[in-house]
Amino acid sequence: MSRPVYLVDGARTPFLKARGKPGPFTPVDLAVQCGRPLLARQPFGADAIDLVILGCVNVLQDEMNPARVAALRLGLGAGMVAFTTQINCGSGMQSIDTARRYVSDGSHEIILAGGAEALSHAPLVLRQSAVEWFGQMAQAKGPVAQARAMTGLRPEFFKPIVGLERGLTDPITDLNMGQTAEVLAHRFRIDRKAADTYAMQSHHRLARAQDEGWLEDEVMPAFDAQGNAYDRDDGVRPDSDLEGLSKPGPAFEKPYGKVTAGNSSQITDGASWVIVASEDAVEKHRLSPIARLVDAEWAALDPSIMGLGPLLASTPLARRHDLAIDDIDLWELNEAFAAQVLSCVEAWADDSFCREVLGLDAAFGRIDRDRLNVDGGAISLGHPVGTSGNRIVLHLANALRRQGKRRGIATECIGGGLGGAMLLEVA
Amino acid sequence: MDGTRTGPVLRHLGETALELGPAEPGGGPWRRGISDGIVWLVLDRQGSSVNTVSQDVIEALEAEIAALEQDTPRAVVIRSAKTAGFAAGADISGFDRMSDAGAADLLRRGHGVLDRLENLSCPTICVVHGAALGAGFEIALACDWRIAVDGASFGFPEVRLGLHPGLGGTFRLPALIDPTEAMTLMLTGKAAHTGKARKLGIADVVTEERHVQAAIDAVLNGDVGREAAGLKFRALRFDRARRLAADRMRSETAKKVPQDHYPAPYALIDLWERHGDDRAAMQTAEIESFASLLDTDTSRNLRRVFFLRQRLKDIARGADGIAHVHVVGAGAMGGEIAAWAALKGKTVTLEDVALDPLGAAVARARRICKDAHLSGIETRDALDRLMPDPRGYGARRADLVIEAAPEDAALKREIYATLRDWMKDGSILATNTSSLRLADLRDGAPDPARFAGLHFFNPVPKMQLVEVVRHDTTDDDAAGRLTAFCGAIDKLPAPVTDHPGFLVNRALMPYLMEAMVLMDEGVSKERIDTAAIRFGMPMGPVTLADQVGLDICLDVAESLKRSVDKPMAEISDRLRERVEAGETGKKAGQGFYDWSDGTPHPDDGGGPDDMTDRLILPMLDACVECLRLGVVRDADELDAAMVFATGFAPFRGGPLHHARARGVDETRTRLEELAARHGPRFAPDPGWPDV
Repeated sequence: MSRPVYLVDGARTPFLKARGKPGPFTPVDLAVQCGRPLLARQPFGADAIDLVILGCVNVLQDEMNPARVAALRLGLGAGMVAFTTQINCGSGMQSIDTARRYVSDGSHEIILAGGAEALSHAPLVLRQSAVEWFGQMAQAKGPVAQARAMTGLRPEFFKPIVGLERGLTDPITDLNMGQTAEVLAHRFRIDRKAADTYAMQSHHRLARAQDEGWLEDEVMPAFDAQGNAYDRDDGVRPDSDLEGLSKPGPAFEKPYGKVTAGNSSQITDGASWVIVASEDAVEKHRLSPIARLVDAEWAALDPSIMGLGPLLASTPLARRHDLAIDDIDLWELNEAFAAQVLSCVEAWADDSFCREVLGLDAAFGRIDRDRLNVDGGAISLGHPVGTSGNRIVLHLANALRRQGKRRGIATECIGGGLGGAMLLEVA
Repeated sequence: MDGTRTGPVLRHLGETALELGPAEPGGGPWRRGISDGIVWLVLDRQGSSVNTVSQDVIEALEAEIAALEQDTPRAVVIRSAKTAGFAAGADISGFDRMSDAGAADLLRRGHGVLDRLENLSCPTICVVHGAALGAGFEIALACDWRIAVDGASFGFPEVRLGLHPGLGGTFRLPALIDPTEAMTLMLTGKAAHTGKARKLGIADVVTEERHVQAAIDAVLNGDVGREAAGLKFRALRFDRARRLAADRMRSETAKKVPQDHYPAPYALIDLWERHGDDRAAMQTAEIESFASLLDTDTSRNLRRVFFLRQRLKDIARGADGIAHVHVVGAGAMGGEIAAWAALKGKTVTLEDVALDPLGAAVARARRICKDAHLSGIETRDALDRLMPDPRGYGARRADLVIEAAPEDAALKREIYATLRDWMKDGSILATNTSSLRLADLRDGAPDPARFAGLHFFNPVPKMQLVEVVRHDTTDDDAAGRLTAFCGAIDKLPAPVTDHPGFLVNRALMPYLMEAMVLMDEGVSKERIDTAAIRFGMPMGPVTLADQVGLDICLDVAESLKRSVDKPMAEISDRLRERVEAGETGKKAGQGFYDWSDGTPHPDDGGGPDDMTDRLILPMLDACVECLRLGVVRDADELDAAMVFATGFAPFRGGPLHHARARGVDETRTRLEELAARHGPRFAPDPGWPDV
């Protein structure tokens, strides 16, 4: 059984830049903040929802299985099954794809699929040597044994490791994600100016979308317990220019690297949900779907060039549906790094790459910048890793409808050497 | 607390059953059973969901104890079969009869029963879940051991009824725990919850219901220890030390209640100071003191207020059919109403066009949760239930929409017009207006039959009363659901009609306006407030006006002046000037008083001789008008509403009760005198002969 599946609505929090200390919201707080208004504006109640799936990479100790905690805090009831997906930067799209498959096979009618991440809450981690010392102290019995164990104390034990830094480093190649972008920049000859120009456009495009009110239905204001209201993505720099972007030095490979804090995605907190529904549910509750979730694809490649993941996932997806580059009206290609996005564009325009790696007869073609990330992306918005995949699918659906376009692909590179892609058609 | 957290499995399993040992349902209030040499006496008063300790409970206990003295078991366990708790205290409805029948004799008999319980030669264990209050606490204190099931609380609320403990509490509690802590519990009437009860030494063991049998076994095996009395304990056996402590207690008590209005706490302090080292003397004195307090007007009136509260609670019974409340307007009132409803378990959406007041409402809600001693998780859940809703999504899902917009009829009508497109069938629209007439707003409502007033008082978490206002065509079902909603959020409803100012503001306004007239005559605001406080009001009229908000006062005063068919004092220019200057009272930090350092505490000597009457009698007169016009259903509901909305001197039993006690004719004559001297605004209402 294979049934059509729809994205009927979705909402996210503003994306809030991490500012050196834990932000006001945990991942589940964020999921609750945008989930409440999203559910409140539906014509159906909690009992119509069959399942909750939430992508989250950095799960907090206090919120194990954040999907279930969020479902209960959203008042969806004790009987709500909920699970969390984790495939790094693809987690929020994985939740949608899993929902899509469950609805398609006829077993579910309405699923709440989201992503939530609070990178500002990434824990400080004790060094392994410090953990071992603590263990010895705990086991030491009597003052003599304790005094002996005490002598093992080393100053470095009090220098914790930022968990996030380890999380953004590939454990196989020991390359930081920024270094994988340096590898691509080198291979595809992306220079600093091209990367900076791309980053500047990302900021300008997001600022325009905010000012035009294009994000009105997508971004729900969030309120913390101290009484602060957050109503827009706060990492955007509307006056971003090349001069400013040329100032910061390389962030990952000093002193010669091209990848800077300015042309990379930002470290950010945010959550996003979409409602995935069957045709029967659409009719029963008289829903107005935004888009049909046509198909999805996941692919893998060498971790050191994970940034090319979008090609490996999107190309087979397009071929399966006999779609050429011009058939894709809009692309949301997650902006992990400007150099990485531009490398993807170059690779698709490269005859030999497309023939030998993607099995095409010739180059797939050069994606028009006017179709690519039309309202900015992770460079201006930030990249709450478990959330981004969800956001790009939701925003693609909204942007297609706004522009009166028909078809689009949302795709992302995934740390560890993976790629994900989802094909949408407006409903 | 949160219904959505209870799935069908837990619903099927139900509440954890109470461990009642072998006790079988029997004829009397005590169920009895024996197994393994342990006798279980389980209190289960028929025909009530809550145990009270009435005369028959004591008599039946006497019979049980007589049997135990003859045939003493290995141990005795005492507990309650009611899920609601151990026992809510004495049967207050029996107090009047008791006082007529010679209270001292009855008390002596009760004391005899608890003494015999205390003197049983086997161990006695009281298992307490829920509240053990008053006489219930006293039974627990007569046992050797107390096992508290988590959630249990112990307290002596007698002082709130103008009494002190009368079944041995005054000497058994100070003998068990630190005597100053014991006195504090008895003087404040506050209950000690599980953790505190354990810390104070009231509870020997704290456990969960599922471990009650194991805890009993542990006590009987000698596995539960008890700390020896401390140094302070022994020091207070000396008169001198007790005298110092008693003086401190008197001055602390005087900060809260004056002796001439509230004699009970002072009587208790005297008892302890005099007899704290002599149990037998204390027992005799406790009985005499309790019997004489029972006969005071203060206690009679406070007992009356207790029953008035029950009466309003009874009105609030029933299902409200309201799960989701949508509040329009995140000002001070709207924000607090929304926060309170969320705290009490409702799903709430709070709509406002601006984000800042919505954020401020969330912060305020968090403080309200903190003041209500909610845990971190409970606070999180309450805030999760309170959704700021700038787009107004909630209106479509709500079972009740409360409009708390500024007092502007055109604006309110505009809001109602939008709501008409959104509100679902069967949902109710209520306005929190204080100064507008429902009759003027009704036609704009989506469904006039489902339109009513729900008038909360400021500050919402503290003020217990809500006026449920009906206009001519509000239907019974909607009005009934609104009173039930008040019950569901722990407020007391007063059903009233669409009279200008409804009941409470109609009655308060002449009092507030007269205070301003007095200020215009040159009397200081401190003197005015002090006169009202001496009468027994919780705060003076000038402070109250500041707290209500001078802008609201002006709105209500103008609306009353327009629509009430009676002479009223001119609205003082000083009120208008304050409002124009933005000095609207507490919320602005400045009104007649400077509120920047918190609530003012005026204290000043006497004013003009007739000042108290000039303030209070116009309020009583307005109450008579409301009674005559049927704004409330009867005099008791009127008294209840005034006590719980304004704090009208509770020891006087309510404004109409007070007028009757003073003498209807005398009060009326006094009003005529005042009218002759100060003007026709004092002319007595034609309803006085019917009071």
